Amino acid sequence: MKLFSQLKKNLKNDFSGLAPVKVALLGDTATQFLSVALRGTGFDEGINLQIFEADFNQLERQVFDADSELYEYKPEVIILFQSSHKLLEKYNKLKHGEYDTLAEKQMELINNLCIAINTKLNAKIICYNFSEIDEGVFGSFANKTPSSFIFQLRKLNYELMLYAVKSPNFYICDLSAIQNQVGKATVFQPSVYINTEMVLSIDILPQVALRTVDIISAMYGKFKKCIVFDLDNTIWGGVIGDDGLENIQLGTLGIGKAFTEFQYWLKKLKNRGIILAVCSKNTEAIAKEPFENHPDMVLHLGDIAVFTANWDNKVDNIRKIQNTLNIGFDAMVYLDDSPFERNIVREHIPELTIPELPEDPADYLEYLYTLNLFEIASFSNEDTERTKQYQIAAKRNIEQQAYINEDAFLASLDMVLRVEPLNRFNTPRVAQLTQRSNQFNLRTVRYTDADIEKLASKGCHYSFTFTLSDKFGDNGLIAVVILQKEDNETLFIDTWLMSCRVLKRGMENFVLNTIANFAKESGFATLKGEYVPTPKNGIVKDHYSSLGFFEKDAFWILNTNTYEPKQCFITQKL
Amino acid sequence: MDRPEILKKVNDVFIDVMDDDNIILNYVTTANDVDEWDSLNHIQLVVAIEKLFKIRFTSKEIQSWDNVGAMVDSIISKLN
Repeated sequence: MKLFSQLKKNLKNDFSGLAPVKVALLGDTATQFLSVALRGTGFDEGINLQIFEADFNQLERQVFDADSELYEYKPEVIILFQSSHKLLEKYNKLKHGEYDTLAEKQMELINNLCIAINTKLNAKIICYNFSEIDEGVFGSFANKTPSSFIFQLRKLNYELMLYAVKSPNFYICDLSAIQNQVGKATVFQPSVYINTEMVLSIDILPQVALRTVDIISAMYGKFKKCIVFDLDNTIWGGVIGDDGLENIQLGTLGIGKAFTEFQYWLKKLKNRGIILAVCSKNTEAIAKEPFENHPDMVLHLGDIAVFTANWDNKVDNIRKIQNTLNIGFDAMVYLDDSPFERNIVREHIPELTIPELPEDPADYLEYLYTLNLFEIASFSNEDTERTKQYQIAAKRNIEQQAYINEDAFLASLDMVLRVEPLNRFNTPRVAQLTQRSNQFNLRTVRYTDADIEKLASKGCHYSFTFTLSDKFGDNGLIAVVILQKEDNETLFIDTWLMSCRVLKRGMENFVLNTIANFAKESGFATLKGEYVPTPKNGIVKDHYSSLGFFEKDAFWILNTNTYEPKQCFITQKL
Repeated sequence: MDRPEILKKVNDVFIDVMDDDNIILNYVTTANDVDEWDSLNHIQLVVAIEKLFKIRFTSKEIQSWDNVGAMVDSIISKLN
């Protein structure tokens, strides 16, 4: 992790090529250094954080005054940093007998702040939770005493989580978790606090800033989707090819407990939607044996989306995995116990995240916990099905190689699409697709759950979601189109995106048939598309021209009255 | 460590924190003599010096120095 002074030097760099995000930082203590750390961290993460910083302790005025600079600035993200020290000050001033109302009152304030923000702005709110101050007035008995400060603080942190669950655009940055990880003596330096009103020590600023920027990155589509890992001495102790099935260390054998716990961690990540892929220098049958026959293995072959075990070099194998999964290297993490392999891979694929695993496997997990590699900004039930879908995709690839004629192959898939408008069941998945899809995405507009709900209620938008199944199984909701009424003649294609799992299946033709038909029947003669280039969406550069749109003033136009439906091998489910 | 040695190390800290190679401190230098030496940077300097010499200043000391010489003397008193 960088030092604060290094982050500060980042501010002299050129930010012009980075994606800008307008942020307001509202704190009840001095936040100048935090602001510097955030902007410096943003530079390293590829974001140009343009930060509006409220004057000292102006949090409430900025939010409740409808004419404040905050609303004039129109931030996309608002960071609320209410400190435990100010909370303690409030507690100290309460009348005896009112101490047990602290959490409730603070929650009411936070709710009012959010309501005021939401009526004026369409911004996401990141709220720091409260790091613990145990003032020792009751000793451990405080846990049995609702009027104690620590009881109220912990209650407040819990209430904040409940509030976040039901408020789609409200996120918590877990300051309390940081303090638990590194200790209060590192997070808080009393002499600095007394002299400056800053509650975060200079040493902890980089970590707090990174944890905050992680959330912002995830909101804007930058997060990890896959872990590629080695086998020998990474997920079990020993070398399967040399030691044999009975002697690799798992469960109670040797230091097996460390590896078993590590596997449980991978399994939990898989269950929440991270794709697992194996990359091992091994003979495939031998590498698979523990997965099939070892009683203490937590991971099974069904948990692994792509299994690569051969004697080729790891760089090529990781490229192959990336190609099969069709995700960016920057969305992948590579775990390997060998510093040698890590260095070779790092040299050839610098975009990969490659943690420097400690030498002792007992330290693997504690080290990985500190990296916060898997921040997300949304979570849906579909995430839990992801591995299965990637396995289906891999199977389909193999079948495709057997067909020489592309059309015959597509026809053999028995594809069925269900077309539905946005509804409350598919909203989380749609929001998530707008955040995740980078390649097949014409304008890369990112939506949150709350944005989607607003769109649905506005009345000038028409939305289409496409859910695909084929003879190999369900692919889930894989494409989204949002049309916006521009005038009585024209529908503008605000969003057209598709999951890369289903590229080259004639999906574009089906989608265009659907929306062109809709436009025509609703009396719109023109469909108007736009391609907004990003570093990642080059594959749809010629999307509109190849579908028969003609170019006009940097937009793409299709006449729906003369449109001839295109051939496709997909049946619509009614 | 004697006074000139400590002055030299403190000077290096100033250069690093302010990111300015041209800073030359002497014992009578005050905050008015160095452009970037404001109250915020002062805290960053203090923390960097604490870390370098593995010492801690009290809250009062942080506000007490009239010039760099006083700061250096404060460091010496904690090292011995």
